[in-house]
Amino acid sequence: MRLAAHGLEFHAQGRAIVADVSLQVQPGETLALIGPNGSGKSTLLRLLAGLQPRGRGQVLLNDRPLQRMTRREIARCLAVVEQQAETSDSLTAWQVVQLGRTPWLSALSPFGPADADIIDESLAALGMAGMAERRWQTLSGGERQRVQIARALAQRPQILLLDEPTNHLDIHHQLALSRLIARLPLTVVMAVHDLNHAMTCDRLAVMSAGRLVACGPPRDVLTPDRLREIFRVNATLLTDPADGAALLRFHCLEEK
Amino acid sequence: MTGATIPALLRRLAARAALGALLLILAIFAGVVIGETPLSPALIGQVLAHKLGHMPLPADPIDAGIIWNYRLPRTLVAAACGAGLALSGLVLQTLVRNALADPYLPGVSAGASTGAVAVTILGVGAGSIGISAGAFVGAALAFALVAALARAAGGGSAQLVLAGIAGSQLFNALTSFFIAKSANAEQARGIMFWLLGNLSGVRWPDVGLALPVALVGLLICLWHVRAMDAFSFGAGAAAALGVPVRRVVAVLIGAVTLMTATMVSLVGAIGFVGLVIPHAMRFLVGARHAGLVPCTALAGAVFLIAADIASRMMIPGQVVPIGVVTALVGAPGFALILIRNRRLA
Repeated sequence: MRLAAHGLEFHAQGRAIVADVSLQVQPGETLALIGPNGSGKSTLLRLLAGLQPRGRGQVLLNDRPLQRMTRREIARCLAVVEQQAETSDSLTAWQVVQLGRTPWLSALSPFGPADADIIDESLAALGMAGMAERRWQTLSGGERQRVQIARALAQRPQILLLDEPTNHLDIHHQLALSRLIARLPLTVVMAVHDLNHAMTCDRLAVMSAGRLVACGPPRDVLTPDRLREIFRVNATLLTDPADGAALLRFHCLEEK
Repeated sequence: MTGATIPALLRRLAARAALGALLLILAIFAGVVIGETPLSPALIGQVLAHKLGHMPLPADPIDAGIIWNYRLPRTLVAAACGAGLALSGLVLQTLVRNALADPYLPGVSAGASTGAVAVTILGVGAGSIGISAGAFVGAALAFALVAALARAAGGGSAQLVLAGIAGSQLFNALTSFFIAKSANAEQARGIMFWLLGNLSGVRWPDVGLALPVALVGLLICLWHVRAMDAFSFGAGAAAALGVPVRRVVAVLIGAVTLMTATMVSLVGAIGFVGLVIPHAMRFLVGARHAGLVPCTALAGAVFLIAADIASRMMIPGQVVPIGVVTALVGAPGFALILIRNRRLA
């Protein structure tokens, strides 16, 4: 599913958190949103999902404006995983993932065995099958993150919006999640802090002070000048002799 | 949890519904049988057969009158109020995501008492409206004010809690002001008694109001069980899961206001049912609303019938206000829940 946005804006306390952002994401493409803290990545993701109150601009899903769709229609196309998810309810991991089936269920199409299978598959895809009966409150930060991503997969969306999905994850699960996302036939937009992780995505969008300052393939976007200007680091591009993959090594600007 | 077929699910559902109905009927039966004048279960059968089946009445007409005109309507209203208040508490706790939310959070009970005082002491309506109508109008007004304030403050759940505190304080102060200014000792005592909850004046017309309101409230809640589940991670998460949050909140809060204002106007502000029963049910049946909503309604109904029986039997020859009984049982119950909660965490 194609995702397009025109003139997205959000102001809070007279300050532009996101200012005039337009972008297009092709079906199946993975776009990484990068930028320093407070550059507007999370707000942009919420604007793309139509979840930011008082947001302005237009979002199109396959040329259909978000404003003309019901929340249920949107939730069937597009799933969001925010950075924080907290509940005081005593729910098991399985029950949290079950919430992902909400947009597909109604009085006429109640929860059935097919839904249960989707939940089991989603948990298994995140390596959480063995923890289905664990209570949310007993899960670690990384496990909660994986349960929320499994919940998003259980929505069976065509577009996935992820806010720092590898946050809290150990290195094994970071790599496993990157591989899973790369394999999924979904359109993905995710906010990422790890620039080496961003290097593996199809395209990068660089946010700075609420504006989209660059968008394109990783090698074109992550130039030494831009890294210095926006991220305030010096970087050396290294090559892994094993497979020729590019790798960034960073140095503090002040030290050099 | 997985792989159950639809007919099996329906069978299980029917079995549970039958069990719930049986419990409720037993509780109503107990509410009618137990009282200061002991009445035999056989007599109840005769009275019901007489009233509903036009059979001849072999029993004493005074005993029959106690059953039909006094205990049966009282027990039915207790059941409806218990169910309505417990459901209201559950819905507010879910939507506001605050464990301390109860049906009186949006200022409803405070507004009801102000309305009741305005009618009885200040003579608003010049005798044309009763204490219940006054209480209902007061409750609705207070809620409208609190909702408007919460909206003006930003519209979040924290804003509703704070606006509810402001509204409750304002209306409680108004009530005290009116009592201090105009009431004689007898009136003040009457108001106090009414505020603590009182089922002794209940007759059949009250049943005609309380039962349909409780049933409509229950149906609205049952229709929204999945949407309420989606609120587990907050309103934003519910919206992301496809729930039309504004509409669902408006419908559910509307149902809560209708139920609470009706129940308070009929029997006074009975506390603790709406706060404690939903928590107790979460421990017993889990956090999913498909089970929680019917169980909370049932438990609220049974609990308030039991509290009504206790209020009649606790001191011989005297009726203890039912709000005192619910709090006497509810406060230790709540303490237990808090302690258990800590152990689980």
